[in-house]
Amino acid sequence: MALNTIWVLAEASDGTVTNPTLELLTKARELAGTVEAVYAGSDADAIAGTLGEYGATKVLTTGDLGGALPGVPVANAIAALIEGGSAPDVILATTGTLGRDVTGRLSAKLDRTVLTNNVDLEVDGDKLVTTEPVFGGATNVKTTFTAGGPHIVLVRPKSFVAESAGGGAAAVEAIAVPDPGKSGGATITERHVEEREGPSLDDAAIVVSGGRGLGESEKFAMVEELAKLLKGAPGASRAIVDAGWVPYSYQVGQTGKVVKPTVYIAAGISGATQHMVGMKGSKNIIAINKDAEAPIFSISDLGIVGDVHKVLPALIEALKSR
Amino acid sequence: MNVVVCVKQIPDPADPGALDPTTKTLKRDGKLILDESDSYGVEMALQLVTTAGGGEVTLVSMAPNGEVSGLRTALAMGAAKAILVSDDALAGSDALGTAKVLAKAIERVEGADLVLTATESSDGYTGTVPEQIAGLLDLPSVTFAKHIEVDGSKVKVQRQTEAGYDDVECPLPAVVSVTAGVVEPRYPSFKGIMAAKSKPVDTLTVADLGLEASQVGWAGAGQEIVAIEAAPARESGEVVEDDGTGFEKIVAYLDNLKVL
Ligand SMILES: Cc1cc2nc3c(=O)[nH]c(=O)nc-3n(C[C@H](O)[C@H](O)[C@H](O)COP(=O)(O)OP(=O)(O)OC[C@H]3O[C@@H](n4cnc5c(N)ncnc54)[C@H](O)[C@@H]3O)c2cc1C
Ligand SMILES: Nc1ncnc2c1ncn2[C@@H]1O[C@H](COP(=O)(O)O)[C@@H](O)[C@H]1O
Repeated sequence: MALNTIWVLAEASDGTVTNPTLELLTKARELAGTVEAVYAGSDADAIAGTLGEYGATKVLTTGDLGGALPGVPVANAIAALIEGGSAPDVILATTGTLGRDVTGRLSAKLDRTVLTNNVDLEVDGDKLVTTEPVFGGATNVKTTFTAGGPHIVLVRPKSFVAESAGGGAAAVEAIAVPDPGKSGGATITERHVEEREGPSLDDAAIVVSGGRGLGESEKFAMVEELAKLLKGAPGASRAIVDAGWVPYSYQVGQTGKVVKPTVYIAAGISGATQHMVGMKGSKNIIAINKDAEAPIFSISDLGIVGDVHKVLPALIEALKSR
Repeated sequence: MNVVVCVKQIPDPADPGALDPTTKTLKRDGKLILDESDSYGVEMALQLVTTAGGGEVTLVSMAPNGEVSGLRTALAMGAAKAILVSDDALAGSDALGTAKVLAKAIERVEGADLVLTATESSDGYTGTVPEQIAGLLDLPSVTFAKHIEVDGSKVKVQRQTEAGYDDVECPLPAVVSVTAGVVEPRYPSFKGIMAAKSKPVDTLTVADLGLEASQVGWAGAGQEIVAIEAAPARESGEVVEDDGTGFEKIVAYLDNLKVL
C-alpha cells in the first residue's frame, strides 16, 4: 500500500454521520493503511461508533466551535497538527460548503494545492491520481499532484458506495484550535432550517425535478404532487432556486445535490452541463421538454417533446386513478 | 464603503471550447467575456456603496492574455476602476496560484472594506479561490452569501446551507463569496458603456505584484493533468412528440420498471 495515512473531514447532522463521509471513509480504507476522521462539533463521542465501523481508528475533534463558521478554526487546527509533525499523506473532504471552506483555508495556510470536484481516486505507483468529470460528464480529467503532501482532495457525494468494515468505535482525541487572530470573527447568529417532507433527495428511489420551463413558481406544485404520488423527492434546477421558487436544498447539479435514483424525471429543464453532472448517474432518465433540441434529450431514456402544463397534469391524473 | 470585486473573464459558455491536448488546459485563446457568476458580485458591490452613501467599487481580474472586455462590461455597470493582472507567466495557474495573484492585487487597493467573489467560476468551478484569497490576506470570510447587509463595522450575511440558511455576522474588512441569487444584476446602460471606455484599467505583471514567476502559472501549479479520457457515453433512448398521450408512455415506462 502506497499511502500510510488519510484524514477524512467528517460531517454529521443531528448526530448522524452523513453518507458522503461514509463513502470517503470506505474509499480511504482501500487506499491507505490508517484512516482517521477530523470532526468539528460537540458530539464526536456520539458518532465515534459509526466512524469506527467505516474504518476510522481515531476521531480528531475540535469540539464545539461556539458558533464560529468552521472554515478558519478547523483549517487552523489541522494546520497546527501538521506543523506539529503528524502530517497525513492525503486529506479528503466532500465537495460542499464545509469541505470547500476548510480545504481552501488550509491550502493557503500550507501552500498546498487542492484538487476539486473529483469522482474517483486511485494510487498509481507512488502517485495519487484523481478523476474530475468536465463538460457535463462527457470527459474525465485525471490529475496528480506535483509537489509534496499533504495532498488535499475534494470529492463529490455519491462517488463511492459506503460499506461498513465492521470496526469498533474510533478513539476520540481532542485537538487544539489555535487563536484565529485577524481572520477570526465570522459567527453564526441564527440557523434557519427549511423543513421538507417525504424522502430526501439523497435517498429517494424516484426524483422529480422542475426547471424554468414550469413558467412560474406556483407550478412547482405539480412537481411536488407527482413526486409525492411516486413516493419520491422533488428537486430543481438552479434557475428556479436562484429565482426563489424553491430553497437551495432542492438544487440538483454541480453546485447542488448529486442524485442517482432509479428514476429521474426532468420537467422543463434544458439539461445544462452543470445540471447533468448532478443527475447523469440516474439509472433511468425521463425528460419532458417542449424543445426537441433540448440537451436533456441526449441523455434521456424516454423523452417527451411536449408542454409540461399538459403532460404533468395528465400524468398526475393517470397515477391518481390507478 | 470601498468594495473590491474579483471578476473572472472567461470564454463564452455558449461556446465552451475544448481542452488543448498538448497543454491539457482549457483553450483560452478566443475573446473572453465577464463571467456571469461575477455580475452578481458587481451588482451587490454597487448597491452596498450606494446604500453606504459613498465610496467606490474596484475590479480585480487575472487573465493571461491582456483581455479587458469583461472588465469593460463590469465598468459599464458602474464600477469605478479596475486592476488587471496579465502576464505570459500566468498561463497554467492553479486555484492557489490564482488566489496568490488576486490577493496581491487586492492589497494594492487602499481602504478596501470588503472583497466580493462568486462562490465558483463558470469555467473552473473549484470554489476554493475565495477562501484561498481570504487565507492569504489573513481576513475573515463568509462563503455562499445569498443576502448581504453592511452594519457599521460588520457585514451581516444570509449564508446558504444544505438545510436552509444561517445568519452570519463578520467583522470588516472581510472576503464574502456570493451566490447567483444574491441580487439581480443590472444591464449596462448606453451611458454606462460610453463612460466605461475612459475608466482606468491598471494593467500589472507578476513582477509588479512582487511575486516570482515560479510561484504562478505552470511553474507554480502543484498539479499536473496526466490523462484526458472520454467518459462512457449515455445513450439517448426513445424521444416522442406529445400528441396528448405522452403521459401514457411515462406510465408504461414506470410500470415496466415496477416502480409504481
Ligand atoms: C458555476 C455554475 C454552477 C451551476 N450549477 C448548477 C447546478 O448545480 N444545477 C443546475 O441545475 N444548474 C446549475 N447552473 C445553471 C445552469 O447553467 C443552467 O442555467 C440551469 O441549469 C438552467 O435551468 P433550467 O434548465 O431550469 O432553465 P433553462 O435553461 O432556461 O431551461 C428551461 C427549459 O424549459 C423548456 N420549456 C419552456 N417552457 C416549457 C413548457 N411549457 N413545457 C416544457 N418545457 C418547457 C425550454 O425548452 C428549456 O429547455 C450553474 C451555472 C454555473 C455558471
Ligand atoms: N482569474 C480570476 N480573476 C478574477 N477573479 C477570479 C479569477 N479566478 C477566480 N476568481 C474569483 O473567484 C471565484 C471562484 O473561482 P473558482 O474557485 O475558480 O471557482 C470566481 O467566481 C471569481 O469571483
